[in-house]
Amino acid sequence: MRKNNRLLQMFLIVLVLALSAVSAVAQDDSQNRTVTDDEVNEIARDVYCPVCENTPLDVCQTQACADWRELIRTKLASGESKQDIFDYFARQYGDGVLANPPRRGVSLVMLWVLPVVLILLGLLLFSRYMRGLRVSEPDTAVASGPNSAMTIPPEVSQPAPDDYLARVEKELKRTDE
Amino acid sequence: MIANIGYIALVLAFLSAIYSAVAAWYGNRTGKPAWVESARNATIAIFFLILLACVALIISILQDDYSIEYVWRVSSREMPTYLKVTALWGGQAGSLLFWNFLLGTFTAASMVINWKKQMEFMPYALIVASMTQIFFLFLVVFIENPFTRLDVIPPDGNGLNPLLRHPGMIIHPPMLYLGFVGFTIPYTFAMAALMSNRLDDTWITSTRRWTLVAWLFLSMGLILGGRWAYDVLGWGGYWGWDPVENASLMPWLAGTAFLHSVMIQEKRDMFKMWNMFLVILTYSLVILGTFVVRSGVISSVHSFAQSAIGPLFFAFISIMFIFSAYWVSKRRSSLTTDNHIRSFFSREAAFLYNNFLIIAILAIVFLFTYYPIISELFTGEKGFVGPPVYERALAPLFALLLLLMGVAPLTMWYRSSLKRIEMSIRWPALVATIFVAVLFAFGVRSWGALLGFWIVGFSGILTILEFWKGTRARMRRGENAGSALTSLLSRNRRRYGGYWIHIGVLVMAFGIIGTELFQQQTQIRLQSGESVSLGNYEMVFNQVERYPGPDDLVITEATVDVYQNGELVRTLHPRTELYTRTMQPMTIPNARSTISEDFYVLLVDWEPVSPDEATFRIFLNPLINWIWAGAIIFAIGTLIAAWPDKREEYIVSTELVRNALGTAD
Repeated sequence: MRKNNRLLQMFLIVLVLALSAVSAVAQDDSQNRTVTDDEVNEIARDVYCPVCENTPLDVCQTQACADWRELIRTKLASGESKQDIFDYFARQYGDGVLANPPRRGVSLVMLWVLPVVLILLGLLLFSRYMRGLRVSEPDTAVASGPNSAMTIPPEVSQPAPDDYLARVEKELKRTDE
Repeated sequence: MIANIGYIALVLAFLSAIYSAVAAWYGNRTGKPAWVESARNATIAIFFLILLACVALIISILQDDYSIEYVWRVSSREMPTYLKVTALWGGQAGSLLFWNFLLGTFTAASMVINWKKQMEFMPYALIVASMTQIFFLFLVVFIENPFTRLDVIPPDGNGLNPLLRHPGMIIHPPMLYLGFVGFTIPYTFAMAALMSNRLDDTWITSTRRWTLVAWLFLSMGLILGGRWAYDVLGWGGYWGWDPVENASLMPWLAGTAFLHSVMIQEKRDMFKMWNMFLVILTYSLVILGTFVVRSGVISSVHSFAQSAIGPLFFAFISIMFIFSAYWVSKRRSSLTTDNHIRSFFSREAAFLYNNFLIIAILAIVFLFTYYPIISELFTGEKGFVGPPVYERALAPLFALLLLLMGVAPLTMWYRSSLKRIEMSIRWPALVATIFVAVLFAFGVRSWGALLGFWIVGFSGILTILEFWKGTRARMRRGENAGSALTSLLSRNRRRYGGYWIHIGVLVMAFGIIGTELFQQQTQIRLQSGESVSLGNYEMVFNQVERYPGPDDLVITEATVDVYQNGELVRTLHPRTELYTRTMQPMTIPNARSTISEDFYVLLVDWEPVSPDEATFRIFLNPLINWIWAGAIIFAIGTLIAAWPDKREEYIVSTELVRNALGTAD
């Protein structure tokens, strides 16, 4: 019986020591971790104040924003990662508060898909247009030196309905060069 | 009494605008020029009437007449006189009145100046100009009346919003408005050209200077807004991609595309339809921009109070859009051409690529700016699009545009310039590569920055070469370098003014790349005597003082010593200001500026401040002063391009010859 008591005592002491060691380590993790203003700002910069006008949290001057910054500080101190904190704000206040909206839903369509689609569409229309305009005849012999602005391209040398007017127009364009 | 005069003047102006439209229409319809001339005189009368209303409002402010709601809102007894005058545009109703004033001035001026030269346009121009004036006068007479009275007269006013009490803010709205209003003139003449079916170059050449001057003012307004934000708003930046900033940027983009695209029409008689579209787009974006700023439809740090004018703007834009589309469609056949682009490497093609890139940038800015509204419509929550999203999407497009800027002057009209380009770009490309290699050796590792710097260097060298080639060509004829350059500039204002502007843009781009990609910042709480390091700077905090300032100000000012590489280089005084009447705080930074960077310090005012303890936020902004330097170069270039030119007068006056011969349309 005494042996069991001793064993039990030993076991309890070891248990208590182990637990206190663990808790000491855990406490060290959150208390030794002082979070600098810069770390808070790094996250606050990319989160918009849910109630103010288009202001990120790192420059917002209201008490609510100060509280949110403190919240970020506490979360960082307890070991949460940047992404965790962003996810938290997105969950609480909607995807909209993030300066870098996550790629889902309306934001995916409007901010990623639509620009790419529009630009590709634009390129397509543009190249179709350019190809359509291109005349298939080879360039008629024109000098390619610095004075080549003086040569007359074919379409203008054809007789215009009003010959004098066409020459006046041409002259004006030449002096305008 | 004075307020009554002001209001009656506005009502008369509104009625005159209606009269002007009707008289012009009637005179044109019945062939009685006297009516059209009367309509023109009405625009002059409108100018004087609105001027009278503005003077009445300013006098009311100066006399501290707080029976008028607007005066109470934006002024107070202690405000200095110059601020009271600028309070004219310090609030919603007053700034609309100011907009009307500028519109009235420009309209009257453009009608008078163009009266003899563009006689056929006049009736239609008067109708279209009056339509715009009717709308804006309607707003100020019936919806946002600056002369509304209060039932109980308060003893003192609120005072101007503290944010507006700084020199940059005084000049930023007028500059922007001048730009906005300026762009209504090309639109008016474009519509007049459509309606009168005179679709040669006349409407472009006669409004060319208006377009360029409007573009100059809009550019300066945007840049001044950025500078003011940097100096006064205290968030360490100069452009936040805020919806209202974007609303002013979009007409600027459309206007830039238009300025370039009209050169194709003048040279090759092509893209008439596209130019019509661009000028209508610019005008619509101006009205839309004014709508966004005024109606608070997108929440923004800029927006004024919400009001009933939102739906009215929407209605006006829709009406003008339908009106413009109708006329473009009706004159469709006159807007086509038989001319073709013959090469992907010709100058026409280069201008087209320019337009494509600018419109792509415009489309993306538009999409991202209005995204919050759309997302709110669909999902019920307002989304915010922050600067990183804009920068990621737009950086490649701007990079391509800067590259095109350098290469385009090498292109030739009508034909492929590929050989010429290939030969001309060799050693500029080499020099740019060496430049970037040096940067790399100095530790710059960001690929984006290296590529950006390469493009800036490459295009910069090519553009400067244009000046060099032109000057040398003139020198061969016997002139010395100085007069060769001067006469080069004065005889080819548009071309070399344009290249000068390009150099300004490239210098600004150099600064933007530096600041955006290499900015450092830190925030820290300091005790007296403690220091913090950033880059190779060290900042020591001395103390904080609090003292009363002019007006109802309380100023809290910190003194910090800045050391660079161990030497004391500056003592800075970042401060916060509190306007005790409205309890509005302002954070005013202080910076040490050099050619290579700014050491920029803010006193963080939402943390407690005591005489020997304070929180500071410090930014290190590399190359930022190149942005402001580039802006000055830009402004000079626009003046060169816009300066009146005798030779151009000759060209425009030969329009009379065309008219005499009878244009074949």
